Amino acid sequence: MTMRLSGFHGGIEPDAHKHESSGAPIVPAPLPARLVVPLRQSARAVAECLVAPGQQVLKGERIGAPEGVLGTAVHAPTSGTVIEVAEYPMPHPSGLSTLSVVIEPDGEERWTALHPFDWRARPRNEALAHLRDCGIVGLGGATFPSHVKLGTGTGIEVLILNGAECEPWITCDDRLMRERAADILAGAQILRELIGAGRLVVGIEDNKPEAIEAMHAAAAGLDGGVAVVPVPARYPAGGEKQLIRTLTGIEIPYGRLGGEFGVQCFNVATAHAVYRAMAFGEPMVSRVVTLTGNVDRPGNVEALIGTPIEDLLALAGPRRADTDRVLMGGPMMGFALPSLTVPVLKATNCLIAASPRLFPPAPPEQACIRCGACARACPAELQPFELYWFARSKNFGKAQEYHLFDCIECGCCAYVCPAHIPLVDYYRFAKSEIWARERDKSAADQARERFEFRNWRQEREKEEKAAKLAAKAAETRARLAAEGGEAVAADAPPAAEDPKKALIAAALARAKAQQAAAAPKNTEGLSAGTQAEIDEIERRRRALGLAETADGTAAPDTPARDA
Amino acid sequence: MIHSPYLRKPVSVRQVMFTVLVALLPGIAAYVWQIGAGILVNLAIATVVALAAEAFVLRLRRRPVGLALGDLSAVVTAWLVALCFPLIVPWWVTALGVLTAIVAVKHLYGGLGQNPFNPAMAAYCAMIVAYPALMSQWPSAGQLDFSTQLALILGGSRDVDAITGATALDALRTGLRGGGTDVATLLGQEAFGALGGRGFEWVALGYLIGGLYLLARGVITWHMPVAFTAALAGIAALFWAVHPEQFASPLFHLASGGAMLAAFFIVTDPVSGATTPRGKLIFAAGAGILAWLIRNFGAYPEGVAFAVLLMNLCVPLIDMKTQPKVFGHRGDRS
Repeated sequence: MTMRLSGFHGGIEPDAHKHESSGAPIVPAPLPARLVVPLRQSARAVAECLVAPGQQVLKGERIGAPEGVLGTAVHAPTSGTVIEVAEYPMPHPSGLSTLSVVIEPDGEERWTALHPFDWRARPRNEALAHLRDCGIVGLGGATFPSHVKLGTGTGIEVLILNGAECEPWITCDDRLMRERAADILAGAQILRELIGAGRLVVGIEDNKPEAIEAMHAAAAGLDGGVAVVPVPARYPAGGEKQLIRTLTGIEIPYGRLGGEFGVQCFNVATAHAVYRAMAFGEPMVSRVVTLTGNVDRPGNVEALIGTPIEDLLALAGPRRADTDRVLMGGPMMGFALPSLTVPVLKATNCLIAASPRLFPPAPPEQACIRCGACARACPAELQPFELYWFARSKNFGKAQEYHLFDCIECGCCAYVCPAHIPLVDYYRFAKSEIWARERDKSAADQARERFEFRNWRQEREKEEKAAKLAAKAAETRARLAAEGGEAVAADAPPAAEDPKKALIAAALARAKAQQAAAAPKNTEGLSAGTQAEIDEIERRRRALGLAETADGTAAPDTPARDA
Repeated sequence: MIHSPYLRKPVSVRQVMFTVLVALLPGIAAYVWQIGAGILVNLAIATVVALAAEAFVLRLRRRPVGLALGDLSAVVTAWLVALCFPLIVPWWVTALGVLTAIVAVKHLYGGLGQNPFNPAMAAYCAMIVAYPALMSQWPSAGQLDFSTQLALILGGSRDVDAITGATALDALRTGLRGGGTDVATLLGQEAFGALGGRGFEWVALGYLIGGLYLLARGVITWHMPVAFTAALAGIAALFWAVHPEQFASPLFHLASGGAMLAAFFIVTDPVSGATTPRGKLIFAAGAGILAWLIRNFGAYPEGVAFAVLLMNLCVPLIDMKTQPKVFGHRGDRS
């Protein structure tokens, strides 16, 4: 099937280094002495621990319950004994720890009872819940929960299967497509039905002819509507937004989801996992990991989640002396592992033993000469050097104006920069500074709101008190009016028997008349708040019998005087 | 390199600058062949002064000297200064020009990447204002042998009228302003060749070849050369079509003076020029039009240098107003 490709701007073509690891079939990794399964497996969610030390677990048994909207279940990758539930370092640049379940395998690999799920017969929401309970997350690296990505099941026209695998060195998806094409497409068909998409398009970089061939062959056996499309091998062709743009011409802006534009994208390995979950009820307990770089026997292994990374790397041969670090993910967007004791995650697609020969240290940073090579390479069509200047001068407002947050941190700009400026680091710095400031600002906003509420509450209490007083005063006034009103109305000299009371009564009458006849000019058109304040003061004065003073300072032509 | 990407393309500022130097060689070769080997002396003087000045200022600024000297940017500036100055200026004018470019125009604004003005053009303008006579004496093709050139460069006594002619642009301008003659008659004079100045038109061809090499290597994009030459030729063609006796042809303008050097090596300076695709077109077209206006109506025979400086002033505005649309924001209001 031929298809007109839209392509995307920029991109780079570094040495692919795929052939090192793509030749050999996927082999299962042997059971390690113990597994450390972090309960944080999907993006921004930690599962609730369901097991205690000493407990026996079966392979595929649930050890973590999904929590929150983005939560997915976590399962025991093999049968054995839980020996510890504790904080262990994560494979993350920070090296921070997260709650993990440590399992000592019994070596028997006994499965728990598995329940295949008939997604055609059962309601859609149950199917999504099944995926969540099988711990299905995106295996492209972001580990976004698939059941969330499937959304409401309406408004999606095209389902894209991402087999581009554009990062150099990584070949796990390539091998999976070569070896399990039919299962991948079966999973994709399930996803297509669940999401309600009409078309299914598989995008594969054209540097993987065997994978394209295998997927073509598998697609031929299916009823139509499946297109296997080779896309030009140009990093980052497999970036979700870039692949969507290449295959459909649709651009998904920053902060928006593909679903809003009628398109959704899943990784091929995710589709494979969906198939296993539906057809066999198998939870996600393993994944294919590429072992490559500075090793004797590069290749792909199917590793249990929780396998220590040093055990896995040992499968590719003894550690070479010049290996100075190990990268997780590709060299463009991956990171150097803080330690090799950390376990394999669902996000662990590739481990690269790095050496100064394979990844020479960057030459010293030089001055930007505004040559614009970065702008020509940027797939987000930004002006990276402008963002660099803004980030450098901490002009974060300008950086945002120039769409800093549209940067996908693919690293193309830093790759091509002749001045060897670590551009992406500047953007990360600017973004984290902006986030920090926003946090500070929202904290300040909260404090201000609390302060304003307190003021409002105090004001209200004051008003309530004043109203009570005013009511009391009115009562007194009514009584007084009943007693001395006659004298005032007749404009007679104050009654002798109680001069003080009479005086007050007269003043009240004048004030009343004044209020009715002529509101003072500078109090017109006041805000409700100010008016309320004035009224309240007036009431207080009346209550205290001070109205006469006010009257005394009033203009001579006040009608009250003549009344 | 602690964070990704862990891969770097094997490129460097030094390589970029080196490519520019290589691209200047055809023009320099044509210069030596047509005008004289004295230009090599000027290039050498300029290079030495530029490197010394760069090292000195970097030391003062407490910056790593070796790294910055090795990037070859000072050499590129030096060569451009030498090439746009007359061949037989005394050595100290070249040295002053280079000092102006490196110390004042480049480092006083913060060094490489920070200067708002094109260093070579600013040096040219400073020197033509300071030494108008010395900066206007151009030997024409084959007029002076190398030893005479060398003697003049080293500060020998100058009987300038006897030994130098005017440039094509200067001759045309003086002739037209004198009145009583037209372009066609003037072009028959000794200073003129088939297209532009005699001999210098070959140099212009050399720059064109070097410029195409820069384009092929991806050091420059097509925007600037195309916009500059199109604008210069376009406005020249417009007036030439109406008054051919008063205005020279577009081809003459392209082949004369610094037009080709400017189109591929001067306006394309990334530091002081516009950076967005649309901005580059506006910047270079503006320089082309201003250059023609100054050539025809200004006080100086060659207007490229002033035109470039004037457009340098507009760069922040041009860049701000021509920011390209970002991925996913094509529908947004700019």
